[in-house]
Amino acid sequence: MQRRNLLKLAAAGVVAGSLGLGTAQAADTIKIGVVGPKTGPLAGGAAITHFPNFMMWQKLVNDRGGLKLKDGQRKIELIEYDDRTSPPETIKAVERLATVDNADFIMPVYGTGFNLAAAPIFAKHDYPQLAQAFVTDQGPELIKRYPNLFIIQGPTKAFARDAIAVLKKLLDEKKIGNRVAVVNVADAFGIELANVARPLFKEAGFELVYDKSYPLGTQDLAPIVKGAKAANPDAFVAWSYPPDTFALLEQAKIEGLNVKAYYSAVATAFQGFYGKYGQLAENVLGAGGYEDTPAIRDYMKIHKQVTGVDADYWGSALYGSMLQVLEQSIEGVGSLDRKAVTAYIKSRTFKTIVGDMDLRNQQMTRVWTVGQWQNGFFQAVAGDGFTNYKPVILKNNW
Amino acid sequence: MSNADTHGDTKPTAFAQAMLDLRESAVLSGTEKRNLAICAIVAALWALLPLFSTGYILSLGISITIFAGLATSWTLFSGPTNYISLATAAFFGIGMYTVAGGVNLLPYPVLILIAAVAGALFAALIGLATLRISGVYFVIFSLGLAELVRQVVSWGQHVMGTSSGLYVLVDRSDSVFFWQLLVFTLVVFLVSWWIGRSRLGFALRIIGNDEVVAVHCGINTARAKVTLFIISSTFAAIAGALVAPRWSYVEPTLAFSPFLSFQVVIMSLLGGVHRLWGPLVGVIPFTIMWEFISAKFPSQTTLLLGVAFLLIVYFIPHGFVGLIEDFSRRRSGIWAALRSKWQAKGGGHE
Repeated sequence: MQRRNLLKLAAAGVVAGSLGLGTAQAADTIKIGVVGPKTGPLAGGAAITHFPNFMMWQKLVNDRGGLKLKDGQRKIELIEYDDRTSPPETIKAVERLATVDNADFIMPVYGTGFNLAAAPIFAKHDYPQLAQAFVTDQGPELIKRYPNLFIIQGPTKAFARDAIAVLKKLLDEKKIGNRVAVVNVADAFGIELANVARPLFKEAGFELVYDKSYPLGTQDLAPIVKGAKAANPDAFVAWSYPPDTFALLEQAKIEGLNVKAYYSAVATAFQGFYGKYGQLAENVLGAGGYEDTPAIRDYMKIHKQVTGVDADYWGSALYGSMLQVLEQSIEGVGSLDRKAVTAYIKSRTFKTIVGDMDLRNQQMTRVWTVGQWQNGFFQAVAGDGFTNYKPVILKNNW
Repeated sequence: MSNADTHGDTKPTAFAQAMLDLRESAVLSGTEKRNLAICAIVAALWALLPLFSTGYILSLGISITIFAGLATSWTLFSGPTNYISLATAAFFGIGMYTVAGGVNLLPYPVLILIAAVAGALFAALIGLATLRISGVYFVIFSLGLAELVRQVVSWGQHVMGTSSGLYVLVDRSDSVFFWQLLVFTLVVFLVSWWIGRSRLGFALRIIGNDEVVAVHCGINTARAKVTLFIISSTFAAIAGALVAPRWSYVEPTLAFSPFLSFQVVIMSLLGGVHRLWGPLVGVIPFTIMWEFISAKFPSQTTLLLGVAFLLIVYFIPHGFVGLIEDFSRRRSGIWAALRSKWQAKGGGHE
């Protein structure tokens, strides 16, 4: 008896749920598919860099009446799926958007491996794939393989190369000595950066007085930082990930690891990093960075107002710019013809919040790679294709 | 080691029945022939799926097929022995890395073979070292195994100075991919079925019921367990090798994701581990339910899934197989079913 009632109730709930949510969509909106991790290891990063930008875009576009097409203005509607940080789920979700929801456009997914896993589906259905959270050194081969793939991010090596170039400049100006302590997280990006960096440091005339890796998820970084301090370095470089980027700074202060230049890689560009450490984070170097322009400042402000989330200083504005490119291309073509939109993107440069964006070769040619916290703004101090970099400020003792 | 304390009430009738089953196993009974025919028809119909859809439905079909294979091969070992293994991801990842590492050097079929051999060797090593420990110790060890292998792979990449992500860029249509997986899953089914009616399968059922009794019967329990563990793990490695081209990009955190192991266990238990078709009836509703939840409530997936599991564990503690079999026996009332299941907890052959 009990069970039967419960089953009935459950069945009723399922039916009601599917009907209620299935019919809420108006017919004349532009359907934009969004896939990303809302759960799993990458969910934290996606909640800052990935999802809020689409929400903000939707709000801004719909507030001005929608995208202007030849047959009138149409508002956009987001269809979101969680890929649970699992490639097969990403594939399935993108397939679902393409063949069940008939999305007009599908947004890039979050993470290098995930964008790669989804690339064949984007290609099969002619969706332009404007991948931002996608750091690879195989760019040239991949864009040949997927003519609709655009890489809106620098190659892996650029991040290591430019960080070292920043230090080299300080060395040449005799502002720092040549002793560098390097640590890295033994995982994906950390390993790649460390491997690329090792020979480059030597080439630049640095002496690696300390070079250690630690496993992802290490709770106690005291031994690592102690070791680095004992080596008496002039500069400290950590090819680190979000949890350890925070922990290393804390530990460096505790141990009194005083260096003139302090660099940590991923997540240094999060506003939460500066928010948490304030003055301590001042003059810390890291991956990412923006040029301090009114456009960027506006973008950061609106991002916070609309989504309630602080944008980061690395990927967020690139996502924002990517959406501007897409918006301008759809309006330029005047229809939802995906092949035409892809061709349009390949045919010109676009005015965006990060400046002119040129995707004619399917890979962004200009990117900021190293930033430094200066008065609460993560200023770009190095990069590719830009000229206006802020000079690096030497770090004070903790 | 013995787990006799939990299975003290081995029923002599079950034992006798199993002996009878074994004696008859040399020839195919009518029921078995009928079941094989049904199985063949279902598989043939399922193989037609790519003709009807090449999009979302097909990728859902791919999910179901791969998990049916993984869950069935998991049940092959863990079902009869009651050793809950959370090591699927370790072997899956090994298979995946074999393909990712050699895709530019060797032909793909050779890589699948190498993946199978690598999985088998590793399983033998692990099995010999750990299958003497029982119960919860084995569970914990197997969970740690995937993490261990992942760390070793990361370390290896660190030392060798390779990039952490490996690219597996192979052109293969989803239909071909689907058929490959279907063949794999069918092989898993046939092997499971064959083992289930062999001496080895019988030995394992006795071990699962009472290891002390098994030893007294003259069964080499360690050898039986290790053999099965190797077979089961080899399948997981092959699955990883087959899936790698679809992922295009392999990195340690994804290839050795512990989530995969849990998913396989949950699906198998949801279906029921004492019947060959048990995992299958778990995989299908699980995959569809999960799809439904993540499509309709993308932000509350984990929460709703948790609630769903609570309900499942509470109301159908013995999986869908138990439910279906209870139903067919026309037992009314959930408490009667529960009580009878409780009494028969030790074995699957009531």
